[in-house]
Amino acid sequence: MSKETPPIFAKKQLLIDALFRHTTRFFAFLVFALLAGIILSLIIGSMPSIKAYGLHFIVDDTWNPVTEKFGALTPIIGTLVTSFIALLIGVPISFGIALFLTELSPRWLRRPLGIAIELLAGIPSIIYGMWGLFVFAPAFAEHVQPWLKDHLSELPFVGILVQGPPMGIGMLTAGLILAIMVIPFIASVMRDVFQIVPALLKESAYGLGATTWEVVWHIVLPYTKIGVVGGIMLGLGRALGETMAVTFVIGNAHNLTASLFMPGNSIASSLANEFTEADGELYTSALIELGLLLFAITFIVLSLSKILLQQLRKNEGRES
Amino acid sequence: MKLSFTRTLIAAAILSASATAFAGDITGAGATFPYPIYAKWAEAYKAKTGIGMNYQSIGSGGGIKQIKAKTVDFGASDKPLNPQEQAESGLTQFPTVMGAIVPVVNLDGIADSQLKLSGPVLADIFLGKITKWNDPAIAKMNAGVKLPATDITVVHRADGSGTTFNFTNYLSKVSPEWKTKVGSDASVAWPVGTGGKGNEGVANFVKQIKGSIGYVEAAYAKQNKITMTQMMNHDGVFVKATEETFKAAAAGADWEHAPGFYEILTDEPGKNSWPIAAATFILMHKQQGDAARAAEVLKFFAWAYANGDDMALSLDYIPMPASVVKKIEAAWKANIKTMDGKAVY
Repeated sequence: MSKETPPIFAKKQLLIDALFRHTTRFFAFLVFALLAGIILSLIIGSMPSIKAYGLHFIVDDTWNPVTEKFGALTPIIGTLVTSFIALLIGVPISFGIALFLTELSPRWLRRPLGIAIELLAGIPSIIYGMWGLFVFAPAFAEHVQPWLKDHLSELPFVGILVQGPPMGIGMLTAGLILAIMVIPFIASVMRDVFQIVPALLKESAYGLGATTWEVVWHIVLPYTKIGVVGGIMLGLGRALGETMAVTFVIGNAHNLTASLFMPGNSIASSLANEFTEADGELYTSALIELGLLLFAITFIVLSLSKILLQQLRKNEGRES
Repeated sequence: MKLSFTRTLIAAAILSASATAFAGDITGAGATFPYPIYAKWAEAYKAKTGIGMNYQSIGSGGGIKQIKAKTVDFGASDKPLNPQEQAESGLTQFPTVMGAIVPVVNLDGIADSQLKLSGPVLADIFLGKITKWNDPAIAKMNAGVKLPATDITVVHRADGSGTTFNFTNYLSKVSPEWKTKVGSDASVAWPVGTGGKGNEGVANFVKQIKGSIGYVEAAYAKQNKITMTQMMNHDGVFVKATEETFKAAAAGADWEHAPGFYEILTDEPGKNSWPIAAATFILMHKQQGDAARAAEVLKFFAWAYANGDDMALSLDYIPMPASVVKKIEAAWKANIKTMDGKAVY
C-alpha cells in the first residue's frame, strides 16, 4: 500500500475488517446460543419428570411404562460400563496402531494403513450395528463366550461378569463393538499428535541409547499428552453417545445385572427405542431427562479430563 | 451471469409452485405395522386418481402425537383410543385392516406349527416362571413331542409397539398374574428377556438364540419362515396360525357393540379363532378446519375398503368385513364435521 492512499480507502478497509470480525464472532457465539438452547429445552422438557421423581430418578432401577414409574440407573450404568469396556480395549490398541504408524512402520506402509483407519472412522454406525448383530454376535456366542465361561466363571469377582447363557448379545458385545468404533478416532488423533514431536527430541533420546519404547514413553507421550487425552476423550464421547450400533447388540432390557453376558441398556439406545411410542407426559419427560443426564455425564467426563490435564501440567518438571 | 441468475429464480419459482401442488397430497403418520399396505394402497390410488398419500411410519405413539398437533391429516395407531380418550382429544377413530400376532420359537427338532401352547403357559414363560422347555406344563399339552431340557430365552420388543400392546393385552386377559404384575401397554416392564428392535429385531434374535421364544406379526413370521406355535384359543381348541384362523378371529370381533370402534381383538371366542389378533386404526379430528382435505382422506379410505382387499390379503393382512365398512362409513357421516357442523363425507 502506498503512502498516498486516500483516507477514504483506509476507512473502507477498516469497515470491512470490522464487519469481518463481527461476523466471525457472531458465528462463534452461535455455538453458545445453540448449546444453551439445547440445555434449556432439555431442562424444560424434563421438568415433569424431575418434579415427579427428583434425585431418586438417578438411583432407581425400575422402568415401568405401565405404572409410569421410571428410574435411570440401568441405562446410566449400561452407558458407563459399555464405554469403559470400549476404552479399556480401544485405547491400548489405538496406542499400538499410532506407535507403529509413526515410529516403526516402513514408510511405504504408512499411507495405506493411515487411509484404512480413516475409512474405518467414516463407516456409518448402523453398519457396525448390523455387522455386530448378524456376524459378530453369532460367532461370539459360538466360539468366544463358551470359552470365557469355561475359563473365568470359577474365578472370584471376575466369575460374576460371565454368568448367563451365551447369547452373543449383551453388555460385553456392545462394549466390544464400541471399541472397534472408537479405535479409528483415537488412533488417528494419536498418530497426528505423535507426528508433531520434534525430530530433534527423539533423535537426542535415541542418541543417548534409548529403546523405541523408552523414546515413546519418556519423550513422545509427555510431549503429546494433551493431544492423546483429547483423542481418548473424543473416542469416549463417541462411545457414550453411540446409539444405533449399541441398540442392535446390547439386548435392550431394563435389567440391572453384574454379568456382562446379560442384556442391558444404554441411555442412547433407550431413547432410540422408546421415544417414538412414548405416550403420556411423564414417559416422554423421563426419556428427555435421560437425554439431559447423558449431557451431564459427557460434561462431567470432559471436565474431569481438563482437571487431569491441569494436574499433569502442574507436575511437569518435578520428576527426574 | 445475470441471465442465469434470473433463470435460477424462475426455476425456483416453478419448483415452489409444484411444491404447492404436492401439498394437495394427503398426509398421515403413525403405526409401522400397516405401513406396507398403506403404501401399496397409496400407489394404486395415485395411479387412479392422481392424488398421492404421504404416510410416515413413525410409530403409533408418534402418530397420536402428530394428529393431536394437527401436523398431519390423519394419524394411525395399533393401539385404539378408548371412548373417553377420544372425547378428551376431539378425535375419532376407525379400523382399516386386521392382522395377527404369533409366538415364534427356535427349538431343535420342532417343526413349524407343531408346538402347542396355551395362554396361561405363554404368560408364565414371559413372566419367567417356566424356565425350561421340558417343564411339565408344556409337556402336558405336547404329548409325543420330544422337548429339549434347555433354558428358555424370552425375546420381546425393545421399542414401544402396537404389537406389544396387543400381545400383552392378550396375556393380561388369560393370566391374572400378568395383569397385576406387568399389565398391558406399547412397552412394559418385562420381567425377563432380551429386547430386539422391531419385528425384524425379534425375529433375528429368535433365529440366532437356541431355545428362544418371541412374538412377531404373523406376516413377518410367514415371510421369514420362522417356526410358529399353535395356540389354545378362548374355546379351548388348539389352532394353527393360518389365514383361516385369523379370519375367524376377525369375524368374531363384535364391532357392532364397540363404541368409538374401541375393540381389541385378543382372546376372541369361536372354535376356529386365532387368539392374538389385532386391528390397526386411523385417527382424525372430529372438527375439520379444511373440509376438502378431510374429504380427500375419507375418499382414499373408502376407495381402499372397496378396492383394496386383494392387496391386503397378498400382504397377509385381513381386510375389514363389508358389514363393518358400512358401519365405519356411517360413523364418518355422523362424527367428522366441518366447523359449522356439516358432515364432511
